[in-house]
Amino acid sequence: MEKRARFQSRWLPYALIAPQMAITLVFFFLPAGQAVYQSLMVQDAFGISTQFVWFDNFKDLFRNDEYLASFRVTAVFSFLVAVLGLSISLFLAVLADRVVRSATIYKTLLIWPYAVAPAIAAILWLFLFNPTLGIVAHWLQGLGIPWDPLLNGTHALIMVVVAAVWKQISYNFLFFLAGLQSIPKSLIEAAAIDGAGPVKRFVTIVFPLLSPTTFFLLVVNIIYAFIETFAIIDAATGGGPGQATQILVYKVYADGFKGLDLGSSYAQSVVLMVILITLTVVQFRYVERKVQY
Amino acid sequence: MIENRPILTFFSHLILVIGVAIVALPVYVTFVASSLAVDEVLQSPMPMLPGSHLIENYTKVLSQGASTNVTTAPVGRMMFNSLVSALVIAIGKIAISLLSAFAIVYFRFPFRALAFWMIFVTLMLPVEVRILPTFKVVSDLHMLDTYAGLTIPLIASATATFLFRQFFLTIPDELAEAARIDGAGPMRFFWDVVVPLSRPSIAALFLILFIFGWNQYLWPLLVTTEESMYTTVIGIKRMIAGGEAATEWNLVMATAMLGMLPPALLVLLTQKWFVKGLVDTEK
Repeated sequence: MEKRARFQSRWLPYALIAPQMAITLVFFFLPAGQAVYQSLMVQDAFGISTQFVWFDNFKDLFRNDEYLASFRVTAVFSFLVAVLGLSISLFLAVLADRVVRSATIYKTLLIWPYAVAPAIAAILWLFLFNPTLGIVAHWLQGLGIPWDPLLNGTHALIMVVVAAVWKQISYNFLFFLAGLQSIPKSLIEAAAIDGAGPVKRFVTIVFPLLSPTTFFLLVVNIIYAFIETFAIIDAATGGGPGQATQILVYKVYADGFKGLDLGSSYAQSVVLMVILITLTVVQFRYVERKVQY
Repeated sequence: MIENRPILTFFSHLILVIGVAIVALPVYVTFVASSLAVDEVLQSPMPMLPGSHLIENYTKVLSQGASTNVTTAPVGRMMFNSLVSALVIAIGKIAISLLSAFAIVYFRFPFRALAFWMIFVTLMLPVEVRILPTFKVVSDLHMLDTYAGLTIPLIASATATFLFRQFFLTIPDELAEAARIDGAGPMRFFWDVVVPLSRPSIAALFLILFIFGWNQYLWPLLVTTEESMYTTVIGIKRMIAGGEAATEWNLVMATAMLGMLPPALLVLLTQKWFVKGLVDTEK
C-alpha cells in the first residue's frame, strides 16, 4: 500500500530515519556481522592470534555431545512450554467465554502475570519448589515424592517449565479470549439448534475457526521458549543440575561469558539466528496471508 | 449464552476459580513470606498467613538493601534505576519509531526499501542470540555501567515502527493534501496532525514497552557490574546468589513484591487500553 500524498525533501527523510538506522547498525548489524565473522575463526586462549578456519567451529559444535544434549533439552522444554501453555490457556479461555458476563472479572484476575518479569517468576517458583523451605515441595514430599530440583534434573526441568508456562498463560489467555469472542454467535446458535452439544460445537466449529489465533500463538510461544526464557533458566537453575536445563540460548551465554569458548559461542549464536529467522519468516508469511482475507 | 446448562456453568466457574487460585498462589506465598521474620520463613512448612514484619521488611530493603550476608544497593535505588531505564526505553522506542515510520510512509527516497528491510531484520536478532558481540560493542564504546548502555542498545524497535507504519497508512490522504495546500511543511504536518492522531497507539505502546523495559534481564545482567547500577530484577537475582544459607528469603521476597508491583499496577489500572494495545500490536 502506498500513499498518494507525499512530501518532497532531499534530506529530511534521511534525517528522520537516522536515529533508528544508527542504533540498528551499531547494535544489531555490527554485532550480528561480528558473530558470523568470528564463528569462522579460532582464537587462542589469550586472544593474541586468530586463525580463519571456515566451518570448523560448526563441525565441532555438531559433534559435541553437550551441544546435542542442549538441543534435546531445548526441544523438550519448548514443546512442553508451548503445548501446556496453549492448552491450559485455551481451556480457561473457553470456560471464561462460556460465562459471558463474568468473563471480564476472570480476565482481570488472569492478566497480571503478564507484567511479572520472567526472572522474578523464576524466583517465586524457585522458592515454592525449594526442597527445604518451599510450600509446594513440602506438599509433594507429603505425597511421598522425593522432590529436589537442586539435584534432580527432571525435577529442575519441571520447575522451569512451570515457571515459564505460568508467566505466559495470561498472554495466551488474552489472545484466545479475543479470538473466541470474535466468532459469530449465529454459527454456534445454528449448531446448537441442530442439536450439537458444547463439546461437539467446540470440536467442529470453534476450534477450526480459532486456528489462526492458535497458529499465531504457537509460533509466539516457541520463540518465547527459545529466547525469552533465558531469564527463567538463569535465575532458577543456571542450566543445572548438570546440564539438565541448559537450553541453547543459555549455552551461548555460558560458553561465551563463563567458559570463554568464544569460537563455539559465536557459532552457536549463528545457529540460533538461523533458527529464529526461520521462525520469524514462518510467522510473517502467515500474517501476510491473513491480511488478504 | 446459547443454552441454559446450570451444571456446566457451575463447573466452568469452579474450574476458573481454581485456575485463578493456582495462578495467584506464588504471589500470595511471596506476599506472606515478605511479611515474616527470617526464622519464620525458614520453618518447614512456612506459615500461610501474613506475619507482623511487613513494614519492617519493606523499609529495610528499600533503604538498606537486602541482608547482611550479600551486599546489594538499597532497593529504592534499584527501583529508581529500573524506572529510568523503563522510561528511556519506552519513550526512546516510540520517538525513533514514529520518526522512521513517518519517513517511510510519507516520503519516497532512494534506499527506502533497504531501510525498511533493515528494520525488519532486527526482529530476528534479539540480544539473546548475539550476546557476546553486542557486549563487546557496548564495552568498546565505554557504555558499561551507564544508563546509556542500559537503554540505547534496546531502543531500536521493528515492532513499534511497523505498528506506526500500519497506522499512518490509514490516515486519509486528504489530510496531507490539505496541509500541503495550506502551506504546512512535513514537520508541521507531523506535529499537528500525525502525532495527535496517533495518541491512542502511543499510549497503548507505552504501556507494553514500559513493562518490557522494566522486566529486562539479560541486558542489564551484562552491562551492570556496579551495585548502584543494578535494576530491581537483577538485584533480586544477586540477592540469592550467595547460596542457600546466606539467603534471607523474607527480604528477597519483599524485593520481589516491589519489583512486580509497578508493572502489575500499570496493567491492572489501564487494563482496557492495555489489552487492546497488546492484541492490536502483536497481530
